[in-house]
Amino acid sequence: MSHDKTKKQAELIREISGVNPYKCMKCGKCSASCPSFNEMDIKPHQFVSYVLNDDLEALVNSKSLWKCLSCFACIERCPRDVKPGKLVDAARQLVVRERGGDFLSADEIPEKLDPELPQQLLVSAFRRYRR
Amino acid sequence: MPMNEEFKPKIVAFCCNWCSYAGADLAGSSRLAYPADVKIIRVPCSCRVNPMFILRAFEKGADGVIICGCHPGDCHYSTGNYYARRRMAMLFSMLEYIGIENGRTRVEWVSAAEGVKFSTTMNEFVSKIQSLGKNVRLGDIRCKN
Amino acid sequence: MQRIGVFVCHCGSNIAATVDVKKVVEIVRNEPGVVHAEDYQYMCSEAGQALIAKAIAEKNLSGIVVCSCSPRMHEATFRKAAERAGLNPYMVEIANIREHCSWIHKNVEEATEKAVILARAAIAKVNLNAPLKAGESRVTKRALVIGGGIAGIQTALDIADAGYEVDIVEKTPSIGGRMSQLDKTFPTLDCSACILTPKMVEAAAHEKITIYTYSEVEKVSGFVGDFTVDIRKKARSVDMDKCTGCGVCQEKCPSKKTPSEFNRGLGNRSAIYTPFAQAIPNVPVIDRDACIKFKTGKCGICSKVCQAGAIDYEQKDEIVTEKYGAIVVATGFDTIKLDKYDEYAYNQSKDVITSLELERVMNAAGPTKGHLERLSDGKHPKNIVFIQCVGSRCSDDRGKPYCSKICCMYTAKHAMLIRDKYPDVNVTVFYIDVRTPGKNFDEFYRRAVEDYGVNYIKGQVGKVAPQPDGSLLVQGVDLLDNKQILMEADMVVLATVIEPDPSVRKIATMLTASIDTNNFLTESHAKLRPVESPTAGVFLSGVCQGPKDIPETVAQAGAAAVKAIGLLAKDKLLTNPCTAKPDELLCNGCSACANVCPYGAITYETKLINDHGIREERRVAQVNNALCQGCGACTVTCPSGAMDLQGFSNRQIIAEVDAICR
Repeated sequence: MSHDKTKKQAELIREISGVNPYKCMKCGKCSASCPSFNEMDIKPHQFVSYVLNDDLEALVNSKSLWKCLSCFACIERCPRDVKPGKLVDAARQLVVRERGGDFLSADEIPEKLDPELPQQLLVSAFRRYRR
Repeated sequence: MPMNEEFKPKIVAFCCNWCSYAGADLAGSSRLAYPADVKIIRVPCSCRVNPMFILRAFEKGADGVIICGCHPGDCHYSTGNYYARRRMAMLFSMLEYIGIENGRTRVEWVSAAEGVKFSTTMNEFVSKIQSLGKNVRLGDIRCKN
Repeated sequence: MQRIGVFVCHCGSNIAATVDVKKVVEIVRNEPGVVHAEDYQYMCSEAGQALIAKAIAEKNLSGIVVCSCSPRMHEATFRKAAERAGLNPYMVEIANIREHCSWIHKNVEEATEKAVILARAAIAKVNLNAPLKAGESRVTKRALVIGGGIAGIQTALDIADAGYEVDIVEKTPSIGGRMSQLDKTFPTLDCSACILTPKMVEAAAHEKITIYTYSEVEKVSGFVGDFTVDIRKKARSVDMDKCTGCGVCQEKCPSKKTPSEFNRGLGNRSAIYTPFAQAIPNVPVIDRDACIKFKTGKCGICSKVCQAGAIDYEQKDEIVTEKYGAIVVATGFDTIKLDKYDEYAYNQSKDVITSLELERVMNAAGPTKGHLERLSDGKHPKNIVFIQCVGSRCSDDRGKPYCSKICCMYTAKHAMLIRDKYPDVNVTVFYIDVRTPGKNFDEFYRRAVEDYGVNYIKGQVGKVAPQPDGSLLVQGVDLLDNKQILMEADMVVLATVIEPDPSVRKIATMLTASIDTNNFLTESHAKLRPVESPTAGVFLSGVCQGPKDIPETVAQAGAAAVKAIGLLAKDKLLTNPCTAKPDELLCNGCSACANVCPYGAITYETKLINDHGIREERRVAQVNNALCQGCGACTVTCPSGAMDLQGFSNRQIIAEVDAICR
């Protein structure tokens, strides 16, 4: 990924999420709250620095993006209004947008469902990605 | 005014000595920028602002007038800002009646600790005046010099 | 026509970097009335002031405009300089081209243009200035201190030692404040009561100090040097002169279920109570909401057991009206309510407590007699977790945006004391930053880590979950290790952010003292006048001005006392001459001005008026210059335009408007 493109993506992420990463005081409450912390390669409190350093490639390709349950605990508890969960959501959005019109049709969904899948993730995903 | 010239509004801000003027000072010492179109006149209290001053400003070609005082209940003279609030509500509705849009006049409460609020208020007010354009309604031709 | 001199200050590069000072001088030179214009590096310096004096003498100036920093900064300086040079000090006006111009604009052209306009406005105003003479007002040689904590006690002692009468008004039944609730104090670990109670006794015994406990300030009127204050002495239901402080009433009182305010609700007290054993005065109070006698009419046991016959159920609130020259606010702080912090389970588990509650638990006179135990089951804890910055440094609406300043140190103290007394207890502290500036402070914190083995973890706690077995599961993060931590704890202690005592809002309104968005009282100048409120005669002591530890509070209390003494030591004060002035020929005697005057400064008098040859008796307004504070409310109210404000006259302000809109 070229440098310019990454830069533009970082701006896009800030725009979609409405997050000002400079507000972060690195307290770590997001990582302390995260139920998927151990599954993640990039930890919630690190998202901010990836966006700040315009290191989007790593973020977009990280496992964390798809391990986040969108439980919003970090959004709820962040004392600085940074809300790393929103960054994850925005990064996912970015990936989806890049893939273009590659959406699932409604019929395809039930067979792909994992019975272990948390209900909240589904609801959150629908809320986020519906057209 | 030629069309190509940039519109530089004339804005008069009346600030009470105890809260808003100090708030403006704080905005200054915190280097919180707002457009240079705003010129501040210091008055002891917002209740010192005579409606006559505002009419005069518009006559003389001001494009907007803002009055800043202490927050309700915090007036240095206990009740001055309440008088100001009532007088200005009255005046502004009459000004609107004669064609001076409501957006050109404003009352805002800014405390001595609210440098940020002062700066954002002024930025907002100036952009509002920018959007309204030049004030033409009350310009008194006798006042033109 | 005035002969005006304009002096433009560079303020080093503060102004000169963005305003073309030379250009301003050249332009304003041609303004009407201006006969002299010059610039100088630092106008406020002695050399700068000498320039003004020289110009006044040489050019016979009648008015001065100084283009410099805010008039709130140096107006007084330049007025004094003019006065020394023989000019009336009120012939000086300031154009604020620093705070309102050079500091907020970047473009030199724009800033220079604005500076010229601001200078023009000031010149236009000076053209219409008239010499004014300040009046005199008397100073009541008595000070009021609002709040009886360590700040209030120290201020009162210092003022009283200088020989002035001081009254302390404290809303709870005893003086002592927050400090009396503390166990040990950092960084020396001496016991709080041991250093505070002697001061309380000293204050109570001091012949110049009167203490009103269980009392509140009800109304304040007047102004610097001459405040009149109504103090409500709430009904104690106990005669202070008769009570011997034996304490039998408290023992026998059958209503013992009220949570003790002093113990932060961790223990109960009786309906008739003194907050703590060393209370001053040692006279109990009947809490009428809890008292059976007041609720049902039956009981009266305290009255029966009182040998001195001091119980008086009929006692009523009493209003004391007193005059003061100076008022010191020392209202202190409280911790915030934790209702919005569900993740820490404060409302769900008795074993999650605030640090102030831990002070009571550790205190020998506290609810557990000083034994460290879980409040739910009384068991000895094995693992204690401290969480820092609870509600501090928050930009959301749950907490406060500032740092509480004292938490890092008291947590180190708690951790150290626990490890010292109970080496079997593991202590873990979750922190964001450890902030320990202060003499011997960082050394103290390092001792907690190095000598006492307190486990400091950089990271926050996300959740505290009470378990069915009564333990607490703490989920946190170690940012340096990049690991999430799950640990069991028996107790969790929250370093809760402090906020100004809620009573300060009402007091600030009564005093017309300004207050910031966090309810801390604003100081007159953040650096140079940190203990004075912008309202003359009102001084700030302790946490009401900003978070502070005990040594800082005591230092500030002393500073506030010195400022108050400086005021009380004066026999007369010069009053503001910018007062309202009626034009008797225009006055129609309608009383509109008298109705809006907040100071009652306007009266009416029937006078013989000579109106262009017509001599008749008319009812006209008179302003008492000693009472008028110069707000100008009357000038706008007056339907005939008879009332004007000296120094801010209609013509002067209109001249400024004209200059700006030119």
